Amino acid sequence: MSRSITPYQTSIGPTHPAFKEPIQLVFDLCGETILKANFAPGQAHRGVEWMGTRRNPVQVLYLAERLCGICGITHSLAFARAVEQIAGIQVPPRAHYIRSIACELERIHSHLLWAGVAAHELGFDSLFYLTWRARERVMDLMEAFTGNRVHYALIQIGGVRRDLSEDMILKIKETLDYYAGVYDELRTCLLEDSSVRLRCRDVGILTATEALELCAVGPTARASGVPSDIRRDHPYAAYADVEVTSVLPNQYTGEIRGDVYDRIVVRVLELQQSVKLIRGFLDQLPEGDLLAIPKIMVLLAKLKKAEGEAVGLHEAPRGEVAHYVRMGGAETIAAWKVKASSYSNYMSWVPMLVGEQVADIPIIAASIDPCISCTDRVMLTGGGRNEVWTKEDLTRLSVAKTRRIQAKLKAEG
Amino acid sequence: MADVFYSILCVFGLAFYGIFLGLVFSGVDRMVVARMQSRIGPPLFQPFFDVLKLLNKQDMLPANAVPGIFRMAPVVALAAAVTLLFYLPLGGIGAPVLEGRGDAILALYLLLIPGLAMVIGGFAGGSPYAAIGAQREMVTMISYELPLATVILTFAWKLASLGVAQPFSLGVMAAQPIWGYVGLLGSLGVVILFFVMLLVTPGELGRIPFDSPEAETELAGGILVEYSGRSLALFQLAMAVKTVAMGALMVTLFLPWNVSGWIALPAPVGAVADFLFFLVKVGFLLFFSVSVLRAAMARLRISDVVTGYWKWIGSAAVVGLLLILLDAKG
Repeated sequence: MSRSITPYQTSIGPTHPAFKEPIQLVFDLCGETILKANFAPGQAHRGVEWMGTRRNPVQVLYLAERLCGICGITHSLAFARAVEQIAGIQVPPRAHYIRSIACELERIHSHLLWAGVAAHELGFDSLFYLTWRARERVMDLMEAFTGNRVHYALIQIGGVRRDLSEDMILKIKETLDYYAGVYDELRTCLLEDSSVRLRCRDVGILTATEALELCAVGPTARASGVPSDIRRDHPYAAYADVEVTSVLPNQYTGEIRGDVYDRIVVRVLELQQSVKLIRGFLDQLPEGDLLAIPKIMVLLAKLKKAEGEAVGLHEAPRGEVAHYVRMGGAETIAAWKVKASSYSNYMSWVPMLVGEQVADIPIIAASIDPCISCTDRVMLTGGGRNEVWTKEDLTRLSVAKTRRIQAKLKAEG
Repeated sequence: MADVFYSILCVFGLAFYGIFLGLVFSGVDRMVVARMQSRIGPPLFQPFFDVLKLLNKQDMLPANAVPGIFRMAPVVALAAAVTLLFYLPLGGIGAPVLEGRGDAILALYLLLIPGLAMVIGGFAGGSPYAAIGAQREMVTMISYELPLATVILTFAWKLASLGVAQPFSLGVMAAQPIWGYVGLLGSLGVVILFFVMLLVTPGELGRIPFDSPEAETELAGGILVEYSGRSLALFQLAMAVKTVAMGALMVTLFLPWNVSGWIALPAPVGAVADFLFFLVKVGFLLFFSVSVLRAAMARLRISDVVTGYWKWIGSAAVVGLLLILLDAKG
């Protein structure tokens, strides 16, 4: 076509039915084709890190769990791992196993939730109801185990707060049998359905090079053929005792295209992997204590004296989560920085979206399983300023702040 | 004078009938789909409550809308959909108001008007989402017109080749079921056309998998995004009436038989039985073409809608046409 067509700009969000949380995607469109894509996060910032630095580590656990609506284990475990490293607390083996079991149960529920959301984005509501009905079983199990469907309050610094009784182990095994039973049905509906294939095959492609360059994590990276998995690369909890392999889409389809379909494949295969992993953990479940320091006052006294900094890593259902914590011998923690998995995956939206159709925006946006309130750590307030802050700007600002703090410390003597 | 009075009565009666029936079918559809998705679903009369609620809601006018066109579009859509009912045979009683005055071609045009009104209303709303939705609606209309026109033309041609007077008349089509005039090969052709028609209906009614003009998760309601209150209710009513019209059209073309044709019944009972049988047939066809398809598929991209209607469904319609031609020759 020789005529030049002026592209028009439109945005999806900050509130839009395609997103369950507020984020804005801005597009240059030509007809139905996306010429340019960009995104503007920062609408779901709640100042959680600031609140955290005014609490003691045990109280922060409670906050960390509430960073996200559904990741009940993810953030509290990553935070607890960071604090445990600083204070030199050894977690008992049984607690490690219970943590791992809970992590994998959470992965099952998170991936099923994602599958339902993706089906809804495609306008395939029957599939959405099917997956969410299957998800109810693991939600019920978590409620029976921890007392809550989400926000389990299971992790404590130095261990876990609840034991797995014999009854509960039986219940978990029953649930695993259920998932093993419905796995084929779910796989058929999600991967073999022709309308899902039509909408997802060769849509939103992220090549392996792009995934590496943009530091994609979790299923998003694995679907592009980057076999990164914290559980395999830096084993924690009980993951070193079982064999964890990176799930790649070619294990099912025989090839890696890095499209939306491959991201569905990875998550569906991970359902099966989680069931297998939990069975392995249950077989090897050791006896022993649940907490390194059972008395909370003793624990708090020890944490008060702890000094240092550490990063707690965890492979969340969406990918790597990192919590940086610094403690300076005070009752409260000195600094806390949360890097959610979606923070690493946002950038891969841009290569995925360019060149695709408007109709593909919701499913591509959903395909990285974005957790927006997990990710939003910064918001610009005051004066209605809304501009892009470059790396130089941020360096200048942080240097200025360091000078301010130094001056303040000098004045205090 | 009495004629005029009778006509006016019929017009209001038919409008009420179309709206009532359309909303009931929509309620049935929602219940049935809910059961297929193992949900309980809303009560049968939920669409009535929805429309009543909308009628009481504020009718917002967007700041950059063209007020006159924006407000007129839903009225035109409903009026065209109701007008369509005047021409379509209703079971055994025929078309009560304008019997014999319009033919299948007119019905095709009238079927287009609610969609066109939505397109014009969408553009007049001044929202980019509605503009994308309106473009998609136009493309969808262009796409399903090809197979739909092929179906209608095949029927008219068949009747004309038999030497029937007024082959395009819907009344004639209803009175002369095509199944009786074709051999084995031709029957196969009619069956293919029947499936084509079942697949055109969800496109015509803007239902999943062909609902890309509205596409809730992409365009937040697309073509209807700026409509609210009374205007939105009018569009919903137009869609309900159009559902009945599409069902009636399918019945006229493919399943025009009546109970009174098989069993001897006294006149008033026969008419009632015919009418009830007509409703059952409409419900049956809508069940397959709207409810089952909607529960079993994802929304298609607009490019896939075009490919689907022109390449696959369009060529299926042509194959059906050719089979009926071959049948007539052989």
